[in-house]
Amino acid sequence: METLSARADTEKEKAITTPKPPGKRMKSVWRSIVQQKYLYLMSMPFIVWVFVFSYLPVWGWTMAFQNYKPSKSFSQQKWVGFKNFVDLFHDERFYLVLRNTLAMSLMGLVAGFIIPILFAVLLNELRGKYFKRTVQTVSYLPHFVSWVVVAGIITKMLSMDGIVNELLIQLHVIDGPVQFMAEGKYFWGIVTASDVWKETGWNAIIYLAAITGIDRELYEAARVDGAGRFRQIWNITLPGIRTTISVLLIMSIGHLIGIGFEKQFQLSNSLVTDYSEVLDLYALKYGIQISRFSYGTAISMFTSVVSIILLLTANGIMKKTTKESIM
Amino acid sequence: MAATRAFNSTRSDKIFDIINVVILGLVLMITLYPFLNVLAISLNDSTDTVRGGIYLWPREFTLENYRTIFSYSSLKQGFLITILRTLLGTLLGLISSSMLAYTLSRPDFKARRFVSVFLALTMYFSGGMVPTYMLMRHLHLIGTFWIYILPGIVSAFNVFIIRSFIDGLPYALQESAKLDGANDFKIYYKVILPLCKPVLATISLFLAVGQWNSWFDTYLYNGNKPHLTTLQYELMKILQSTNQGASMVNANDLANQMAQVSPESIKMAITIVVTVPILVVYPFLQRYFVDGMTLGAVKA
Repeated sequence: METLSARADTEKEKAITTPKPPGKRMKSVWRSIVQQKYLYLMSMPFIVWVFVFSYLPVWGWTMAFQNYKPSKSFSQQKWVGFKNFVDLFHDERFYLVLRNTLAMSLMGLVAGFIIPILFAVLLNELRGKYFKRTVQTVSYLPHFVSWVVVAGIITKMLSMDGIVNELLIQLHVIDGPVQFMAEGKYFWGIVTASDVWKETGWNAIIYLAAITGIDRELYEAARVDGAGRFRQIWNITLPGIRTTISVLLIMSIGHLIGIGFEKQFQLSNSLVTDYSEVLDLYALKYGIQISRFSYGTAISMFTSVVSIILLLTANGIMKKTTKESIM
Repeated sequence: MAATRAFNSTRSDKIFDIINVVILGLVLMITLYPFLNVLAISLNDSTDTVRGGIYLWPREFTLENYRTIFSYSSLKQGFLITILRTLLGTLLGLISSSMLAYTLSRPDFKARRFVSVFLALTMYFSGGMVPTYMLMRHLHLIGTFWIYILPGIVSAFNVFIIRSFIDGLPYALQESAKLDGANDFKIYYKVILPLCKPVLATISLFLAVGQWNSWFDTYLYNGNKPHLTTLQYELMKILQSTNQGASMVNANDLANQMAQVSPESIKMAITIVVTVPILVVYPFLQRYFVDGMTLGAVKA
């Protein structure tokens, strides 16, 4: 979205700046700084800020190619080339962690993408004004609660005497209570379901707004033609929010591998680590807890690079197929 | 949707409506029930809770659990630090993002494109956990309160939301202020800020919730600094102590208190205490943040 606004900038600027002869350029740059000193004063301190806290850590990627020792200065570090990456790709644990990351992010992508759209469409079709508003307000609620709290709640609901076990027994789906939190095979599903529970309402906001923007007359016309509610949804609502869907899809694909680790950290326990450990947790464990800084950096770097490649690929494919893109 | 109702609704439309209400009613229940259940357990007598079977109402009502948790010293400290970081972090974040957003909204600002791209890039990559940790170490922020505040002061996402909002304001307002002799800072302060109240309300909510809910910075940087502990971090320690036994958490004051009361009700009481401030605030700001999210994402 911001690259789009950057593009809008250039267009606006083109209209404003007139070409200058090269010799006077420096002088005029300086003059414009003086002229706009307040604007520079208001923005530059924060630019320095962003440089320090967002750009400097990227410089830290050099650590991935060193045998980094915190006590030494940059020039004293020993360079080891791609050794840390070679080690990484030879670690069996890495592939397990990569599998977990991809599995959970793919599940999250599918569920976390489709369910909010469905929710928004259904909510839009709701006729009772007060009921609609209640559902909407309540649906945002879990978004504002931390993962610490959500994990506590989920653990409670899935415990041996929790409501989920009780319901499943009442419905004769299972004979006795299941220890959901203690078995690795359930972990991916639990993480995905928790995420859906927490974020569906919030993610639906954008789709709801997009649906509101659809011309009402289209629905009237469809109804005159005898289209039922499903047909209207299929032929008007969904095409009407296609642009929004594509943009959000590209963005979520970009975040596919960098899914973070909060939910996994909070929901996991020692019994399920083979299914719960994701790249960021792996980096945390090796990089910080046992002080293999260079190795941890290599993991972080791998994650970032793959994210960017995924983002660019998704963007390229979308551009080709649907003419929608974010850059 | 009022217009829809006026039209003759067919049989299948009615069936659709009924099914829809049932589905969304279920969604409502699934979302709300866990919170109500936690509340009920937190208000139930702790020894009675062990018997299970508490759903929406406490069986033996008591406020004892709340009285107990408010006597934990670590929780009190956590409360203090959390409130402090929320206030300060929100304030500084608001100032920075609104100032940046204002300069970005000025079509005549020469550095605009540079600043815009410079900020936007941060949304797509990050140095990662280890380099960030090392940076904090170099800056000597580890083990200080400032690590909660400084790294997050500028957020590109918030800047772009405010900027979209300012773009929607009539530019003539700024021009007339300029004719009256106001400088850029004055225009920002006197003209733009007052008009931005709705979007600033949204951003405040985002910032405040972010600060209130964060636990990882405490865990990573200040885990061994009891005087810098935060609520979420304390809650996390208590929640995760379930199986290992309460005494592992905080040997000094938790252990003996935990021995007298069932951890379950206590844990749920703390969960409620940590959650309630947000639940009180967000419905009032709902109108604003719905607009804010829409501005930020759809307008693009």
